[in-house]
Amino acid sequence: MDKYYLGIDLGSTTSKAVIINDKDEIVGRGITNTRANYKVAADVARDEAIYDARFNLLARKIGDDVSTKTEFKKYMEDLRSVFQYGQFKRRMDSLEDMLNKTVSNFSYANKDAISTELKKIIETIRPQIRHEFINGNLGSKNQFFRDIVSERYNSEVENLGSEYYEPLMLAFDKSITPVENEMVQYSFNELVQESMKILDEKYQGLADQQEDGSKEDWYYAELNVMKNNYKAVEQTLRQHIDEIASQDIHIAKMTGTGYGRALLPFPEDCIKSEILCHAFGAHAIFPNTRTVLDIGGQDTKAIQVDSHGLVTSFHMNDRCAAGCGRYLGYIADEFGLSLNELGPEANKATKETTICSTCTVFAGAEVKELLHNGEERPNILAGLHKAIVQRAMSLIARSGGVKNEFTFTGGVARNEAVLKYVKQMVTDSYGEVTMNIHTDSIFMGALGGAMFARRNINVDLPVGKKTEMSEE
Amino acid sequence: MAQEAQKEKSMILQKEMIDGLFNDLAQVKETGKKVCYTFIPGNLSELIRTFDMLPVYPEINALQSAMRKKSGGYIKEAEKNAHSEDVCTYVKCDVGMMMKGNIGPTGTKIPEPDILLLSYTGCFTFLKWFETLKREYPNAKVIMVHTPYQENAEITPEMTQYMVKQLKEEVIPQMEEVTGIKFDEEKLKGFLRLSKEAEDWITKIFDSTKHKPSPIDAYFAGVYYIGPINIGFRGTQEAVDYYKELYDEIQERIRLGLGPITPEGEMKEEKYRLVVEGPPNWTSFREFWKIFYDMGAVIVASSYTKVGGVYDLGWRHDAERPIESLAEYCMNCYTNMNIPQRISLLSKCITDYDADGYVTNSIKSCNSFSAGQLAMMRDIEDHLEVPVGFIESDLVDPRYFSYSNIKNRLESYFQMLEQRKSLKETV
Repeated sequence: MDKYYLGIDLGSTTSKAVIINDKDEIVGRGITNTRANYKVAADVARDEAIYDARFNLLARKIGDDVSTKTEFKKYMEDLRSVFQYGQFKRRMDSLEDMLNKTVSNFSYANKDAISTELKKIIETIRPQIRHEFINGNLGSKNQFFRDIVSERYNSEVENLGSEYYEPLMLAFDKSITPVENEMVQYSFNELVQESMKILDEKYQGLADQQEDGSKEDWYYAELNVMKNNYKAVEQTLRQHIDEIASQDIHIAKMTGTGYGRALLPFPEDCIKSEILCHAFGAHAIFPNTRTVLDIGGQDTKAIQVDSHGLVTSFHMNDRCAAGCGRYLGYIADEFGLSLNELGPEANKATKETTICSTCTVFAGAEVKELLHNGEERPNILAGLHKAIVQRAMSLIARSGGVKNEFTFTGGVARNEAVLKYVKQMVTDSYGEVTMNIHTDSIFMGALGGAMFARRNINVDLPVGKKTEMSEE
Repeated sequence: MAQEAQKEKSMILQKEMIDGLFNDLAQVKETGKKVCYTFIPGNLSELIRTFDMLPVYPEINALQSAMRKKSGGYIKEAEKNAHSEDVCTYVKCDVGMMMKGNIGPTGTKIPEPDILLLSYTGCFTFLKWFETLKREYPNAKVIMVHTPYQENAEITPEMTQYMVKQLKEEVIPQMEEVTGIKFDEEKLKGFLRLSKEAEDWITKIFDSTKHKPSPIDAYFAGVYYIGPINIGFRGTQEAVDYYKELYDEIQERIRLGLGPITPEGEMKEEKYRLVVEGPPNWTSFREFWKIFYDMGAVIVASSYTKVGGVYDLGWRHDAERPIESLAEYCMNCYTNMNIPQRISLLSKCITDYDADGYVTNSIKSCNSFSAGQLAMMRDIEDHLEVPVGFIESDLVDPRYFSYSNIKNRLESYFQMLEQRKSLKETV
């Protein structure tokens, strides 16, 4: 039986899980938003990683077809997205129940009218979201259940009068937390079968669609390939699904890390500092790494590692969260943007406005003042991004500077404006060094954890965990 | 004091000494003794004693207030009176205590100063501190010695001469004037002989960390051990007796193979040996210490126990050269050494005591310690290849001790040490 190793990084904003095999190869990764119940966050991330592992195993079974044949590639992408919809749907059912229950307990005079409006909203947003999962690319946007629902729910509520606004917002706030904090069990096999059924309908529908010249050529090319071949793909997949779904992803050992690590339901010796894990993970992907910068939700770490990937020194921000992911979150709120929009917006800047405040809260006031004075939004955002990187640079300097090679990890490494300034300032201060940024930078801590699990930790899984983890 | 769980004879002796001093201070009106406020670095204990004066150390009062959870209130009081948030918290705690009636750590009132003696001016804050006190106590005489810094890593004969001149022409005559007592060199020499004796014992005591397991913690317990000489008992028979007793107790611990005593009893297993740079945090002293002993970390040497005198390299008070030796003493305190000297002293500690790591506790409001701390850390890391750790807290302001931040960093640091150890074993 193949052995697998799990690393869970419970961060302040997101929880990540990575599963590796005994060659240190990543076989699955999962991510979710961190919530009040850490165990649920960790379990959801782990389950996501196990699903991802199964999809990867499935892709491996099909072999070269996935990479060479358009119909296989597209089908697998769609399958993953619709699979996510299946998970979404189950949680949405439970949110709907909870919303109805919450509203029925209200003491507002217009309770019945609120209930009617709630029903209308749900009837509007459910098919919207379904459509986006099945026909759009919602599944690949890295959005979590809470974000997906709240975005659409809020925009519906905003169109209603004030007599509904407050009670409906309250109903959402009261309902989302318990729903997020409950663990929902899914059967991989069931969900995949369901997803394939949905896809079958989708492609059948496509077959009836006529070319009207309103889309790009490649769209029709892909459409034609799918129309003619989806049945064949389905047949091939069906040959493997049962086997993949019942395959035992046996987690032999695991490590928990991240700021919430002490609260993970793991034994003490299965817990490792996120500093060591991030460094180890980054070093595994880029073996020549000597300096690691990790910008996470609420802390920034500058880490120096040796040739073995072991930490020689580190520096972290103290007493203040300015310069971390949370700062970006706060700024995004101030501007009414989503986190993903921040970087691109900042990169439209013609210059960087100087932001003096080194405090998240004060920066908010400064932003308002600058906007009032007519400063352009992209310029202010560029200044804010630059300020974050300047703080990180000071930590790097304190930890001993940048040594070749330099690897940037953490959720904030996904922000393109931050990336731009990091590259710029590292080069300005330390000259040309090799700079590594990986698309999976957010998973480095979990990867490091999984690698430690494979190496150092020689304890068995806690009693009662084994069966739960192996999904037999 | 902290070790309530297990009381050794030396602890009882120390408590008696401290209580005695504060009793004497409470009775100056009756006894007519003069009071000299001064600071620990470069303190002229023996000279103060020669003039029958009683010493008051404001830093000690501040740290004692912190350990009794009173510093937060005192600091607020000082801030209400326009002392900035960034000022050294020892100062604000002391100023606040004064404003609240100057009730000392043992609950008795601390008398007003007759002399404000600055015998070490390397810390600029000290000057400002006494300027503030002078405004509050206009009758006190300020005596200030300008202490040259060891810029070139040495105490030259000219530097000593410069200090001797100040001691002879400024300090001694003014002390005579305030106390009405004629300077008696023979009396001073007697104290200096006892100082040397105590200093010999102290050196042996701190050298005991060579043993494995180390019988003492040279930081968390070390700050208690240096208590008697740091609050004015250097030069007394009591101090010699205390250190002799302490030394015997430590020898017994070595014989029995015991580790250091912590507030929760004997430390069970020595896993890591560390050298610590910088003052400790006093407001959460026990929690701070606990993070270390819970992880099996023992401090085998610390710079903070050297602020009242560096004896490691062989320097001693010398009765044959009384004034010269006082002059040298003032220039020989830890924070008066230049950065390369500090690095070499701490490197020697790391090597001699076979330390696994080096940790800096950075106190932003303390200029004397903060300057050069990072450079020292880098240098030690590069030359000795020991893992270094950096944490931040404060002296006596409870608002600046973040338990979870410090614990998080130290946990990571200890795991880092563990990795290094296992790597060493496999290579």
